[in-house]
Amino acid sequence: MRSEPRVPVRLQEQEGGWPRAAVETVRREWLIAFRNRQDLMNPLVFFVLIVSLFPLGVSPEPEFLRQAGPGIVWVAALLSILLSLNLLFRNDYADGHLEQWVLSPQPLALLALARVAAVWVTTVLPLVLLVPVLAVMLHLSPGTGLVLVLTLLVGTPVLVLVGAIGAALTVSLRGSGVLLVLIMTPFYVPVLIFGTGAVTAAVEGASITGHLALLGAMLSLAVVLAPLAIAGALRISVSNG
Amino acid sequence: MWQWFHKLGSPKWFFGIAGRLMPWLGWSALIVLTAGVVWGLLFAPADYQQGDSYRIIFIHVPSAYLGQSLYVAMAVAGVVGLVWRMKMADTFIASATAVGAAMTFLALLTGAVWGKPTWGTWWVWDARLTSMLLLLFLYLGVMALRGAMEDPDVRARASAILVIVGVVNIPIIKYSVEWWNTLHQPATIKVTEAPSMPASMWVPLLICLLGFHLLVAWLILWRMRNDILLRERRARWVRDWVLAQ
Repeated sequence: MRSEPRVPVRLQEQEGGWPRAAVETVRREWLIAFRNRQDLMNPLVFFVLIVSLFPLGVSPEPEFLRQAGPGIVWVAALLSILLSLNLLFRNDYADGHLEQWVLSPQPLALLALARVAAVWVTTVLPLVLLVPVLAVMLHLSPGTGLVLVLTLLVGTPVLVLVGAIGAALTVSLRGSGVLLVLIMTPFYVPVLIFGTGAVTAAVEGASITGHLALLGAMLSLAVVLAPLAIAGALRISVSNG
Repeated sequence: MWQWFHKLGSPKWFFGIAGRLMPWLGWSALIVLTAGVVWGLLFAPADYQQGDSYRIIFIHVPSAYLGQSLYVAMAVAGVVGLVWRMKMADTFIASATAVGAAMTFLALLTGAVWGKPTWGTWWVWDARLTSMLLLLFLYLGVMALRGAMEDPDVRARASAILVIVGVVNIPIIKYSVEWWNTLHQPATIKVTEAPSMPASMWVPLLICLLGFHLLVAWLILWRMRNDILLRERRARWVRDWVLAQ
């Protein structure tokens, strides 16, 4: 268990209402993240490691890498998100923070959404920013790399939002890492299909707006519905303690 | 109507009524399935294109249909369980998960057996096959989550949420996979259209479908009764019932 820095938490305050609570949640998450920099590095290193396994394990031919590269990057991003989501609520559950969340007067779904947004910025955004480098290593053209980054920017928030439901459901269970992957991977398939589909379309010279629009539709659906499911799951997990 | 609904919340009442229903379901399932399968395998005409290999639809279509509809039924039970805190809803989810997974697996297996002579390969990454495979993974996920949880109340509510999230996702998964790749022939029987096969083929298929429904109902009730006995093992009526056996 990493050492929890002493961060002032003011969720109980009535003044300012829920916007204040959401801002404080994001602020707290960022403070914790930047005081545990190693935890920020781990998913990134994992991401690059997984990507580098494919040239080693399958083929280093530029032709193969150009074809499989976008899919490899997407699968590696998906896996490292699932890996880091395992820790999403873990420490908060252990130190009783989640109970305070459930008891606080602010809507739990909103706090969860703020939390997920903060986590996306701290752990997933760096990963997306790393993709141009990987695109060069996988011999992707600059245009393809750009489309890949674009699809990841729209698609990964969906992955984090949906995965957070599973993380909230399994937070009270011991050793739930594999369980989370097992439960959540089927839900990731549509995002994976349209994410890699857009890149393939771009390589073939077709328009990518359709794929991006569908990814955007999934994102809006997830932003609206997933926080409610996360809140419900958190209530259940907290009552389990 | 509402009285009946409230009675559903009582494990003892449900155990009794399920016990009385089961022989009827079991025997009618046996008779209807035997009739449907014998008719389908021996007397229905061979397909002009696929020959005799098409006859696997008499198993394949009912199991695929039930594999999908059981997940939706579980989601309905999940809503009922979350809203009314009804114990029987979770008992249904617990019992239907394994049956639904078995049906989905059977559909995949029969599909592979049929695919070998027809398409020349056991497996293709086709839309309908892939979405059935993902459905199987969804079932396995529910089973894994339930297996990891000990507290019955938490397990009930957690799996209800997972199943509801799953049922929201099933259409998205289905259509995204369909967009991705399709080779499978379209559905054989649609409610809205006249069937694309002669009556001598679809009548035994419908009989098999009915037989599978009866069989699955029997299986689920059987499992639900076991689940009730396990949950209520400290109750007086369970002890009396066990001693009476």
